[in-house]
Amino acid sequence: MGANPFHTPPPAGDTQLRPPINLQSRRMRLNTVRRYVVNHLVTVLAVLSTVIVIVPLIAILAYLVYMGATSLNLAFFTKIPAPVGMPGGGMANGIVGSGIVLGLCSLMGIPVGIAAGVYLAEFGRGKPLAGAIRFTADVLNGVPSIVMGLAIYSLVVMRQHHFSAFAGGVALAIMMVPTITRTTEEMLATVPHSIREAALGLGVPKWRTVLSVSLKTAAPGIITGCMLAFARVAGETAPLLFTAFGNQFWSFKLTEPIAALPLQIFVYAMSPYDEWHRLAWAGSLVLIVMIMVAVTLVRIYAARGMLKGAS
Amino acid sequence: MSLDEQPNPSPQPTAPALTSFVAEAAPAGPEGEPSVIRRYLQTRGSGGLADRVFAGLMLLCGLSIFAIVLFILWILIDRSKLSLAQFGFHFFLRSAWDPVSGDFGALPFIFGTLATSLLALAMAVPLAIGVAVFLSELCPAKLRAPISFLTELLAAIPSVVYGLWAVFVLVPIMRDQLGPVLYKYLGWTGFFEGYNFGEGLLTASIILAIMILPIISSITRDIMLAVPISQREAVLALGATRWEMIRTGVLRNARIGIVGAVILGLGRALGETMAVTMVIGNHPVISKSLFAPGYTLASVIANEFTEATGDMYLSALIEIGLALFLVTIVVNAIARALVWAVTRGTPARVH
Repeated sequence: MGANPFHTPPPAGDTQLRPPINLQSRRMRLNTVRRYVVNHLVTVLAVLSTVIVIVPLIAILAYLVYMGATSLNLAFFTKIPAPVGMPGGGMANGIVGSGIVLGLCSLMGIPVGIAAGVYLAEFGRGKPLAGAIRFTADVLNGVPSIVMGLAIYSLVVMRQHHFSAFAGGVALAIMMVPTITRTTEEMLATVPHSIREAALGLGVPKWRTVLSVSLKTAAPGIITGCMLAFARVAGETAPLLFTAFGNQFWSFKLTEPIAALPLQIFVYAMSPYDEWHRLAWAGSLVLIVMIMVAVTLVRIYAARGMLKGAS
Repeated sequence: MSLDEQPNPSPQPTAPALTSFVAEAAPAGPEGEPSVIRRYLQTRGSGGLADRVFAGLMLLCGLSIFAIVLFILWILIDRSKLSLAQFGFHFFLRSAWDPVSGDFGALPFIFGTLATSLLALAMAVPLAIGVAVFLSELCPAKLRAPISFLTELLAAIPSVVYGLWAVFVLVPIMRDQLGPVLYKYLGWTGFFEGYNFGEGLLTASIILAIMILPIISSITRDIMLAVPISQREAVLALGATRWEMIRTGVLRNARIGIVGAVILGLGRALGETMAVTMVIGNHPVISKSLFAPGYTLASVIANEFTEATGDMYLSALIEIGLALFLVTIVVNAIARALVWAVTRGTPARVH
């Protein structure tokens, strides 16, 4: 209504004017009380749900550290699994095997992931193709890891006719690529345009600009992204079940089945032997400590690197 | 900007810093002869060719993401041909699972997957929204960083470790403490009947809920923080209480994104393998009781694939993988589209 707000229309004939709202009426007071009660109730509920969530999660962590720390010993890091029924033994081959598979997957996944991120941020800005790639990467990120394992089994293992460390590495690499692509793109997007323009203005070719200026400026963030992707695949079990398969003995060949820490935790947890349960707890603690050290180191490094990049 | 496009670079000094080169370049050879500058730059890779090769390489890596998706789709269809041809679409409606006689159907697994995922969502979503409301609207600034860090940490715990904890802590609790209580008070509903082993649909749902909580709550929090402050101020200025402000100013504007976060959590729950496999009991039955063992799409693959003998058995398992792949792709695509629609920097619309 475009009417003048100060203009009050004259009361028309016999229609009664509505009485003004009495703010002190019983109904209004009750309403106010209700609103404040609901407000406090919801606040309490929100705090309560946070407590309900946080407490068990801390309990899980604490229980894990307790069980792991009491089961851990030197043999865990130096020995390979003992035969069933024999005491002792460790997961040295699992730790080394995990290292080999993870190294392999990083070697394949990180360069491709970063390059795809560079395409999205530096070459594909605003192109529909880049939008489609971005969307596909996000969707691929949510595909269950066991499906990756299944696909790599069909491609690599069926051809080679046996399980191999290489197949495990490929499966994990495929999981890494979309995560790294998206973080690389996001990090490159934070690099100011003026820096790129400065480099281009000096006659530096585009590829050189990308490598030595954009990527270098965004390096701390990209390294963080890579480490987070690494931490995520380090604990993956499902894609290794039928690619790396696991191994009770030492194995360093890429063409043979290889042990991996998460796989051994799974097998030992499902076994009926107490000794193996103990090893599973110890393995879980080692795995989590490895992942957390990686994530925390990267956080510290990134915090420092960010400061350097901003100056 | 490439020098190749200018056959005869102008003899004028292009930049003061290059005077030493310009001095040599001035007596450049006649037509066609590249100047010293150009030769120098070309040895440094400044030709148009290097740029084009680099751009092509990056594009190739970008396209590899398409290639991965198409490749997975193709190989799964290719390897499940046998079962696709034998059972057709009815594969998903049959409840037989008999490897010995080669009779396969995926209904028990679909039931197990849906039951555990939806139950997990029912438990996780209210809590996750409560946590997100607390973190984004109520939390003192001092607590925000540690709680966010803790949730990040929990998202980094591998699935197999959650499974290990569930096997040795959650299963005994379900068997000895929580299970009998549920049976006593809610047994009449029929959902808590039969023998309670501690393993089963309910236990799997609880561990799933614990695993997807951090994901849903952190995305919901980000979405709520993306709602402009002016929305909150406007509602508060009208005399609303804090909850009314959160409800009408924040949750209402963020609802599409929250639905996206929930669907994203659903996608995670559908494909979760290890922890579920360890506690669900792994038995292909459809039962009303939540104490009964079950089986999910992902866990049947994890459990039986390496032991599968016979082409039809393998092919049926791969078809289950194909179904899982397609379902999670659709679920994630919907979720991503919703989350993007909200957090894409578009200011929330005023109704």
